Amino acid sequence: MSTADHAHTDVNRRDFLFIATGAVAAVGGALVAWPFINQMNPDAAVLALASIDVDLAPIAEGQAVTFKWRGNPLIVRHRTKPEIEAAKAVKMEELKDNVARNANAKSGDLATDENRVVGGKAEYLVMLGVCTHLGCVPDGANPSREFAVVEGATKTGGWFCPCHGSQYDTAGRIRKGPAPENLAVPQYAYLSDTKIRVG
Amino acid sequence: MKKFATLLIAGMTLFGGAALAEEGATPAKGINYSFEGPFGTFDRAQLQRGYKVYKEVCSNCHSMKLLSFRNLADKGGPSFTVEQVKALAASFTIHDGPDTKGDMFDRPGLASDVFPSPYANPEAAAAANGAVPPDLTLITKAREGWHGTFNQLWNGIGGPQYVYSLLTGYAEPSAELEKEKPEGKYYNPYFQAGSWISMPPPLADGLVTFDDGAPNNVEDMAKDVTAFLAWTAEPKMEERKQTGFEVLIYLAVLAGLLYFVKKKTWANVSH
Amino acid sequence: MSGPNKYQPTSAFGKWFHERLPIVGFAKDHMLDFPTPKNLNYWYTFGGILAVMLVVQIITGIVLVMHYTPQTDLAFNSVEHIMRDVNYGWLLRYMHMNGASMFFIAVYIHMFRGMYYGSYKAPREVLWMLGVIIYLVMMATAFMGYVLPWGQMSFWGAKVITNLFSAIPFVGDSVTTWLWGGYSVDNPTLNRFFSLHYLLPFVLAALVALHIWALHVPGNTNPTGINIKGPQDTVPFHPYYTMKDAFAIVVFFMFYALFVFYGPNYMGDAVNYVPANPLVTPAHIKPEWYYLPFYAILRSVPDKLLGVIAMFSSILILLALPWLDTSKVRSGNYRPIFKGFFVVFAIVCVALGFIGSKPPEGSYVIWGRILTAYYFIHFLVILPLLGLLETPNPLPASIADDVLAKKKPMMLAPAE
Repeated sequence: MSTADHAHTDVNRRDFLFIATGAVAAVGGALVAWPFINQMNPDAAVLALASIDVDLAPIAEGQAVTFKWRGNPLIVRHRTKPEIEAAKAVKMEELKDNVARNANAKSGDLATDENRVVGGKAEYLVMLGVCTHLGCVPDGANPSREFAVVEGATKTGGWFCPCHGSQYDTAGRIRKGPAPENLAVPQYAYLSDTKIRVG
Repeated sequence: MKKFATLLIAGMTLFGGAALAEEGATPAKGINYSFEGPFGTFDRAQLQRGYKVYKEVCSNCHSMKLLSFRNLADKGGPSFTVEQVKALAASFTIHDGPDTKGDMFDRPGLASDVFPSPYANPEAAAAANGAVPPDLTLITKAREGWHGTFNQLWNGIGGPQYVYSLLTGYAEPSAELEKEKPEGKYYNPYFQAGSWISMPPPLADGLVTFDDGAPNNVEDMAKDVTAFLAWTAEPKMEERKQTGFEVLIYLAVLAGLLYFVKKKTWANVSH
Repeated sequence: MSGPNKYQPTSAFGKWFHERLPIVGFAKDHMLDFPTPKNLNYWYTFGGILAVMLVVQIITGIVLVMHYTPQTDLAFNSVEHIMRDVNYGWLLRYMHMNGASMFFIAVYIHMFRGMYYGSYKAPREVLWMLGVIIYLVMMATAFMGYVLPWGQMSFWGAKVITNLFSAIPFVGDSVTTWLWGGYSVDNPTLNRFFSLHYLLPFVLAALVALHIWALHVPGNTNPTGINIKGPQDTVPFHPYYTMKDAFAIVVFFMFYALFVFYGPNYMGDAVNYVPANPLVTPAHIKPEWYYLPFYAILRSVPDKLLGVIAMFSSILILLALPWLDTSKVRSGNYRPIFKGFFVVFAIVCVALGFIGSKPPEGSYVIWGRILTAYYFIHFLVILPLLGLLETPNPLPASIADDVLAKKKPMMLAPAE
């Protein structure tokens, strides 16, 4: 289209019209993209945050039970005295990650053994069995496996991730291997002395 | 071609008009609701009252399988608070399990649970009621109160009105009809499957007492509960109409701009 | 058709790429520079609208599949899950559901436009026949899509339509059993319909590409029906028709949006919000509105096999249309008697649709038969004879002449 025979103002008005239309169309295109992107986000049913109640009474000392919570394994371990003592003996500077990683603790809290549990109940360690490296389930079931990272007289306990060899101590803290963080402790609360609600 | 379009529209109107007078069953009572029309919204208090009628009356026999307790706190719904919903969910017993020992157990409901059904399976429901009481979640979208191509275009399908008419439409059959009365059925001229319904009249004046002191005649309760059922069938209705309004404004602006763009583009071509 | 390789890349990379894959030049020739008659009216924008609707259906369909479960126990609830829990799920589902109806509205206008302006006549027979095949694939796609929500009408529609094949002599029952993968419509049927419903839109896209290819060999027809004589008759497709189509598409979207947001279930059937029950048939079974004329034809023939044959013939007869219409004049604008018959035919199609929506009783049966007969008479008797008997009005010398002649006397012409 030749514009030679058009008045200058007309050209400006025309250009403005074209630009305005293009801009309105582009904004519309961007807005209409949002439902198509957002539909892949967790839906309302997923977000309804299902919680589970766990009865701790049947879990004997030295035993761990795995539950399914929001699609992930939830490890509940009734720790033995030596395990707790070993965990308490660890100095913060020895840790690879000294942040509590406990949804129930305050944000700056250090990864002391007290801060890894809730309500001072050191015997029950509740955390997600999701390795912070690439998501495999760390194995804590083999009582005879010796861990270099477990302090104290008995060098067993803690968790070992079979995928890439990350080792967690008896408080679920990362001590060796590629994983960057301690195992996450989800939000939970004691409903009674032996009952917790997770989530 | 323009003439053709006019004729086509005229033809369609003719046939549509003929369609108005079609179909059997008594057309539903044409009551009005707050949620009708392009800007209609649900009446929160009415939905809350309707929920109460559902819970105290309907839920004894009818399931509501597609609704979760949490939905009661959703935007565009009865707007119960989250705390109210938790309390209200806890008043239901949910059969859950298995636990670590493999046993099923009962627990109080949580907001994330769906409404429990009154019967374990359709067979049990049929055995107890003579027919399976239909699930109510979608009932107002699954029933038509009236027919006709153009009638439904302007007035909707009349789903809530159908349910309302059914709830308030029980009557004494004429002596002649009385003779054909099937065992255990009730006369209701609004019932779509032929006047005899297995459901006994569910409402009676004063059956449910509302916290807000609203009137509780059969008609009032029927209107409240059908409004609630209109919401359970189409919980995103308010969001839909609101979005639609914005989309149409946007499209109108864009169409206007494009019209002038097109005009300017063609300005120097005779066509 | 514009000659090949007029495109001259300006950058070095553009040149390098063009020598290896001349796709930019191809797109420029066919989507930007393509010489298009300057007198196309708004009825011609429905091709563009259809292309956009196919894209809308494919995109909304792909995202719906991310949440849908093709299993008889779960399908109905998964659709309701989309409506209730998925972010904007209600919007995506209503867009897809009403998009199907909009697709058919646009395709019917497109088809009637082609029939009025004689777009099927030589040298565009293959273009027209590809269009008929597209229409058939669309019908199959929409039918299978309608089964997926697994409501009462989904189930019974599937059962009735698949039973059409049982009319085939000798092998009919084996064919239906094969279609179902069982003794009735059930989970295997749902699964295969889902698979094909996902596949066919891409087949459609390929057919559309062929359709446009076949269009670009002779170029567009136009309301005068006379051929392009030279550059004075045409304008480049872009910006002239891109802008005109864009305007038409947005207006069409407004119509579409009215249904999506303010009457999303109007085009559907209430009974489909009742989960499928293989033991109870709904009182009034009827297909979606876009099948109704053919459904009426099916029911108008009292014999099962002949009814099925009549129904399929009513669509397949369109394939023969280029040869049934014997007129030398392409456009209906210059055929005074044809115009009248065209309007009658259009009304007959709508009336057949109305009959199809009614129960087959009383006067509906008689009317259905009369209209069915007329439908076939239109193609088999009226069109062949009309071409021989009718005296067409004089044609303009060229498109440009026609445009100039129309400009002078009136300002009442549609805003173009």
